[in-house]
Amino acid sequence: MNFKYLTNGLVKENPTFRLLLGMCPTMAVTTAALNGVGMGLSTTFVLIGSNVAISALRKVIPDSIRIPAFIVIIASFVTIVGMVLEAYLPSLYATLGIYILLIVVNCIILGRAEAFAFDHTVSESLMDGIGMGLGFTMSLTVLGSVREIFGAGSLFGFSLFGPNFEPVTLMILPPGGFIVLGLGIGLINWITIKAEKRKEAKAEETSTSQEVKA
Amino acid sequence: MEEGKKLWVSSSPHIRSGLTTQKIMLDVLIALLPAFGVSIYVFGLPALLITIICVCTCVLTEYVIEVLKKKPITISDLSACVTGVLIAFNLPVQAPWWMCIIGSVFAIAIVKQLFGGIGHNFLNPALAGRAFLLASWPTRMTGTSFIPVDAMTEATPLGILKQGLDAPLPSNMDMFLGFPGVYGAIGEISAVALIIGGLYLIIRGIISWRIPTFYLLTVAIMAFAFGEDVIFQLCAGGLMLGAFFMATDYVSSPSTPIGQIIFAVGCGLLTMIIRKFGGYPEGVSYSILLMNCAAPLIQKYTQPRVYGKPKKKGEAVNEG
Repeated sequence: MNFKYLTNGLVKENPTFRLLLGMCPTMAVTTAALNGVGMGLSTTFVLIGSNVAISALRKVIPDSIRIPAFIVIIASFVTIVGMVLEAYLPSLYATLGIYILLIVVNCIILGRAEAFAFDHTVSESLMDGIGMGLGFTMSLTVLGSVREIFGAGSLFGFSLFGPNFEPVTLMILPPGGFIVLGLGIGLINWITIKAEKRKEAKAEETSTSQEVKA
Repeated sequence: MEEGKKLWVSSSPHIRSGLTTQKIMLDVLIALLPAFGVSIYVFGLPALLITIICVCTCVLTEYVIEVLKKKPITISDLSACVTGVLIAFNLPVQAPWWMCIIGSVFAIAIVKQLFGGIGHNFLNPALAGRAFLLASWPTRMTGTSFIPVDAMTEATPLGILKQGLDAPLPSNMDMFLGFPGVYGAIGEISAVALIIGGLYLIIRGIISWRIPTFYLLTVAIMAFAFGEDVIFQLCAGGLMLGAFFMATDYVSSPSTPIGQIIFAVGCGLLTMIIRKFGGYPEGVSYSILLMNCAAPLIQKYTQPRVYGKPKKKGEAVNEG
């Protein structure tokens, strides 16, 4: 088991904030924290399933028709998720609506199939699917929470500020989604750049101290 | 010699201009004075308070962000002051203090500074701030206005027209002068005060005459075509404020003459389309914001031909 692939999707190659994949569901459903969790977990399930299946079948699928084959596999898993949600969580299914079915064309899933699962082993693909899926779920939950806190004054449906709070309606409208996403990308980039600089400075320090010793 | 302290002198001739950002912004503030005077006369102390809150918040936000970004502090160029005054002018007089602060912080921090500070904002910060507030608290931003005589709130003239209310519309003369106490955001009530300020800016060469002229002309023609009262449509809402002070923002409007005309006509068309067919009674701010987005494209396609370059592709230059 290689855990490197598991942590990859969480921060370093976070699908939403770093790879900017799957923007359509991200923008559309993150008006509340719960929607973000629901969408994220549904996508995670499909991603794990399709990654494992495609990786297992990678020697059988001819290269020239791999995309249609990927789509068939992904669509099967999406259908399973859609039916399960409709049966057991009908209210969430109603909120997410068409976006559940649109997981089929989510760039993350097809992207990971093409870029990762098709030339990695089953266990590696499983790890990648879990990591990417949880990274996506995490980002969607964060976006949904921020937008729900400001846009509705609540978190996971619980009112936070009392009845006198006048929510910033813009935050649950599309512009609010773009603003929060942009600030999130900026923040993550800023942290990454800072961390890299610190690493470089450290590397330089050690190399110079070694030179001095030598 | 230290790097950065070298003095580079290009070959002559040298043209020196005393025009600085600070002087331009000071002129804009002077031009806004007549409208400010009318608003204080009509609305009294609350208008003054709102303006002070907006200006202070804008300047403070600019300062804090520039300290955080470790960039040179540019609050002395007065551009944040102008943004603050324009935001205040776009607010209704009963706007609560927290709305003034949120709008100002959004305008300076997100729209101006996060895109790189003065000269880099692709939208007019004051209008973007107004749009943010309008989308978030629509009932507080539109629908009612304050009439000082008996301190009551009533629908704005454009609101009356849009909702087909039974209330009497103010006369065109009242709309033009603004002092008898009509009806709207703080800075937009008196058309004549805004025209005086706008003319001052045009005479001083701060703004080009093209944008306001073609903007107002387009609105007038459209109003006539729709069978509306032309004078009423020209004086109503934020049109004068938008045409003279918002659409002429250097950063977010094209700088080529033809580009400015296209920009202004586009603003005029969108304004009247929103007023006539849109969901909101007033369309000035959204029309300018939409054209702001189109400004780089307009600028790109209206670049004048560089002297000596061929007129069309493939046409050879006659070099004698």
